[in-house]
Amino acid sequence: MSTLIEKPRFSCALAAQQTVLAIPGGIPVIHAGPGCASKAAGFAAFQSGLQGEGYAGRTHISCTNAGEKEVVFGGEKNLEQVIDGALKVLKGDLYVALSGCTAGIIGDDTAQVASGFARNGRPVVGVDTAGFKGNNYIGHELVVNAIIDQYVGNVTPSVKKGLINLWSVVPYQDPFWRGDIEELKSLLEKLGLKVNTFFGYESEGVSEWKDIPNAEYNLIVSPWVGLDIVRHLEKKYKTPFIHYKSLPMGAKATSRFLRTIGKETGVDPSLVERVIAKEEKRYYEYFISFSDFVAEQRNVLPYELYVASDAEYAVGLTDYLVNELGFLPYGIYVNDDPSGDKAELVKEAFAQTLKEYEDKLFFQADGGLITTDIEKRLGKSKKALICGSYWERCIAKDTNSFFLHLSLPISSEIITSSTYVGYNGGLRLIEKIYSYAFNRGNLSSRTHVE
Amino acid sequence: MAINLSLPSPEIRERRLSAILSYNGTASDLLDKSKRGEIKCLGRLYGQCSDCQEGCATSMASYVRGGAVVAHSPIGCFAGDAIRDNAGKAVSAVRGLGDFNNRTICTNILEKDTVYGGAEKLRKAIFEINKRQNPSVIFVTTSCASGIIGDDVESVCEECADELDKPVVPISCEGFKSKVWSTGFDAAFHGILKYIVKPPKKRQEDLVNIFNFEGADTFTPLLGKLNLRTNYMVPLATKEQLETLSEAACSAQICETLATYIAHGLEQEYGVVEVKAPAPYGLNWTDEWLREIARITNRTELVENVIKSEHERVEGELGKLKEKLSGKTIYIIAGDAYTHNLANAVGDLGLKIAGVSALHHDQRSDSDEVNTLQDLVNSAGEIDNFTVCNKQPYQLIKLIKKVNPDFLIIRHQGLTELGYKLGIPTIFEGDANYSVGYDGVIRLGNRLWEAYITRKFIQNVAEHTTLPYTDWWLNEQDDPFYYEKGSKKE
Repeated sequence: MSTLIEKPRFSCALAAQQTVLAIPGGIPVIHAGPGCASKAAGFAAFQSGLQGEGYAGRTHISCTNAGEKEVVFGGEKNLEQVIDGALKVLKGDLYVALSGCTAGIIGDDTAQVASGFARNGRPVVGVDTAGFKGNNYIGHELVVNAIIDQYVGNVTPSVKKGLINLWSVVPYQDPFWRGDIEELKSLLEKLGLKVNTFFGYESEGVSEWKDIPNAEYNLIVSPWVGLDIVRHLEKKYKTPFIHYKSLPMGAKATSRFLRTIGKETGVDPSLVERVIAKEEKRYYEYFISFSDFVAEQRNVLPYELYVASDAEYAVGLTDYLVNELGFLPYGIYVNDDPSGDKAELVKEAFAQTLKEYEDKLFFQADGGLITTDIEKRLGKSKKALICGSYWERCIAKDTNSFFLHLSLPISSEIITSSTYVGYNGGLRLIEKIYSYAFNRGNLSSRTHVE
Repeated sequence: MAINLSLPSPEIRERRLSAILSYNGTASDLLDKSKRGEIKCLGRLYGQCSDCQEGCATSMASYVRGGAVVAHSPIGCFAGDAIRDNAGKAVSAVRGLGDFNNRTICTNILEKDTVYGGAEKLRKAIFEINKRQNPSVIFVTTSCASGIIGDDVESVCEECADELDKPVVPISCEGFKSKVWSTGFDAAFHGILKYIVKPPKKRQEDLVNIFNFEGADTFTPLLGKLNLRTNYMVPLATKEQLETLSEAACSAQICETLATYIAHGLEQEYGVVEVKAPAPYGLNWTDEWLREIARITNRTELVENVIKSEHERVEGELGKLKEKLSGKTIYIIAGDAYTHNLANAVGDLGLKIAGVSALHHDQRSDSDEVNTLQDLVNSAGEIDNFTVCNKQPYQLIKLIKKVNPDFLIIRHQGLTELGYKLGIPTIFEGDANYSVGYDGVIRLGNRLWEAYITRKFIQNVAEHTTLPYTDWWLNEQDDPFYYEKGSKKE
C-alpha cells in the first residue's frame, strides 16, 4: 500500500457516491464533513472528462455537513433527519447513505440508521466509506456489496438461463465508463446473452439490482476491482463467477473475450465464430485502410509506450497497442493501489499477453514518482506515446510527446459516449493516437518534422 | 475587533463575525438585524452538501510561488489537486509570470494512522516535499481526520521549521470545525501573518496589496492611472512578497469576505492602511475606491481627472449595453460581500435585481468600519428577495422559480448548471477580477448579452432536463426555508 501521495489519481472511499449516482434513480446521502461530497464530485465527476453533475449529484447531494457538535455528541440523529428529508425532497428509487471520516472515527453506525428506514419499506442502504479506509475503487466494492446485502437481500434465486451480471469498470473513476459498459453489453448481446449492467443510461436501474440473484453467471471484467463483489455473490446466491482479467480493446483481445465468455457460458461455438468473423471482417477493412498513413509516416510516429492508469486500463491498452499496433512498453504504471494478492492478479493478467515485458510493469500510487520515472526514461526521445492523466499530459506538453487521455484526473477533454473497448474502441484509439501527429506541428511526409 | 496572533488558529466566523448560513427577507432588514447581531446560525434539519474551509485555506496556500503544501489528510481531501496546478498555470500565463508548478504532497491518512496517530507520517511528508521540491516555505493543512485523532500539527511544524531552517506554517482548517467555508481564508491568512510576514524595513508608498484569487490582471490598469503598483496576494506571490506585505501603503481586496482578516491584521500589526471603501465593482464604487486609495497615498490631485476621463471613456459603450439590458431582471448568487459587488455593478447596466442569495453572511466585519451591505443599501436602495443560503440548490430552485428572472449570475463552482437546467441565461463569475473597475461593468454587460443571444443551447438543456426534486417539494410546499431549524417544522 502506498504511503505519501503527490499528483493524486484517485479519491477516497467516500467518492463511491459516484457509484450510487451511476445507478439510474440512485440518490447518495452523505454523512460527513461539509466539504466531502463536493470534493468527491469535483474530482470524480468534473475531473473525469467533465461528465457533469448527473441527475442528483454534485451540489444536489444531500449531506449532514457534520460539524463540531456531531463530532462530540455523535451524528446518527442528524443523519436520520437528513435521510428523512432526502426521501421527501428528492425523487429517486434507491437512497444510499455513505459516511465519511468524522462518522467513521467517532463510530456512528450508518447501516444501523439506514436499516430503520428499510424496516419501514423505504429503499435505504447505509455503508461506512470513511476516507481513511481506502480509495474509491475499494469504496465502489463496499457500496455495491452494501446494496446487495441491504437492498437486494436474502432471496431465493430463480436462475434465468443466459442472464449475466456484468461487473467491470468503476463508474466515473473510469472516465469512459458509460461507453465502456454500453460496448461490453453490446458485445455480450451479440452472443445472445442478456446482461444486467446496473450502471449507465441503458441500465433499467433498481429492477436490474433486484434481478442480481437470478443471473446464471456473474462476469467480472477487471484484474481485481469487483472480485470482492462476485465472491460475495457466489457465497450469498451460489452464483458462479467468470473472472475475465482485462478490458478487451481491438480485434485480437475482443475476439479472445468473445470466445472465452462464449465457452464459459455455453454459447454455441458456431454462433461465437460467426459473430467474430463478421466483426473482424469489418474491423480489418478499417484497420488496413489507415495503414497507408503509417506506411509513409512511420519515422515520425511513436512506438515507445508509457501508460499511467488503473490496472484494468493498463493491461487492456498495453495489450492492444503492443500486440496489434507494434508499440514497445517503456513504462507501465499501475496506480490504483491494489494490495498484495490483488497486485499478483494484475501481474497475471499482464503476463497473459505481455509476458516478455514484465520488467516494465510498475505499481505506483505516488504520482510524483511516476512523473520522475517517466522523465528519466524518456530523456530526449521524440518517439514516445504517453497515455494517462492531466499529470502525464504536462510531461507530454513539455516534451512534445504524443499523448492520450486515459485516466483521472482529466479536465481538458470532454468525454461523452467514447469508449476504447471492443472492435470499435480499437478503431477509435487509432483515430485518437495517430491524429495527434497533426497537433504537434505541421506534418508532411516530405519533410521530417520531429 | 483585535486579531490575536498568539492563538493557534483564528476564531471561526460563526463566533468572530456572527456569520450565518440562512436568512430570508430584504437587504435593509438583514442590515438592521445584522447591526444588532441578532440572527442565529441554527442549521437545517435537511440540507445538501456545503463546502469546507480546507478548500479555501488551500486556495490561498497552494499558489505561493516557490512554496509547497503538505495536506495532512486522507486522499479524498487532496484528490482535486490537478485543478489547482492547472489554475496556477493559467493565471501565471495570463499575468505574464511564466511557468508554474503546484508543489504538494498528501500524507494519505489511512486507518492505522487514525489508531496510532499521524504525526510521524506528517514529519516524513514535510521532509519528502522538501527533498523533492526544495520549496521556500511549506504550508501544512489539516483535515477532519487529523483533527479528530488529535495530531499536534503545530509542534511538528515548529520542529521541522527548526531542522529545515525555513518556515513551516501550520494552517488549522479542519472541515468540521466551522460551517462557514470562508473561515479557511482566515486560517491561511493567520498562518501567513504569524509565521511569514516580517516588520517593514521601509515603506513602499506606491505599493497596494490586492487580495484576490487566480484572476486576470485587471487591477494594474486601474491603479496604474494613479501611478500605483499592484501587489497581487496571495496567489502567485513569492515568500519574499509575503514577507514584505507589511511595507505596502495600503491593502484592498476583491471582496471583503475574502480578506478583511489579513487586511485588518496588517493594519493592526504594521500600520498598513486597510482600504475601507467597498471593492471597485460598479462605477460609483470604483470612484470611491480610487478616491480613498488616492487619499491614503497622497494622490488626490490626480484622482478626479482620472475618474472624469474614465467615465467619458466608457460612456458610449455603456449606453449601448443599457439599451439592450435595461429593465430586464437578474438574480445574483455569490459569496457574502461579492453579492454586494455584483448587485452594485448590475445597476450600471440598467438591470433590476430580482433577488440575491448570499452563500453566507457575516453580521459584522473584522474592521468595524467595513459594512458592504450598508454600502449596497446606500447605493442600490432596498432589495427584496434577499436571502442567505449556503448553496442548497433545493432551496435556490424554489427561490429562483418564484421570481423567474431574465438573467442569473453565479459565483460558485457547480451552481451555474442550475441556471441552465432552469432555462435561464446564466453566467459564471469564475474570474473574480474580471468585473472590476470601469471596464469590468462593460465586460459584465457583454457577457450577459452573450448568454442571452446564445440562449437556444440553454433552452435545449432545460427542455430535456429532469430535475431530481419531488412534486411535493417543488409544487406543494410553499416555503423554501421549510427545513430551517426554528421554523414551523420543529
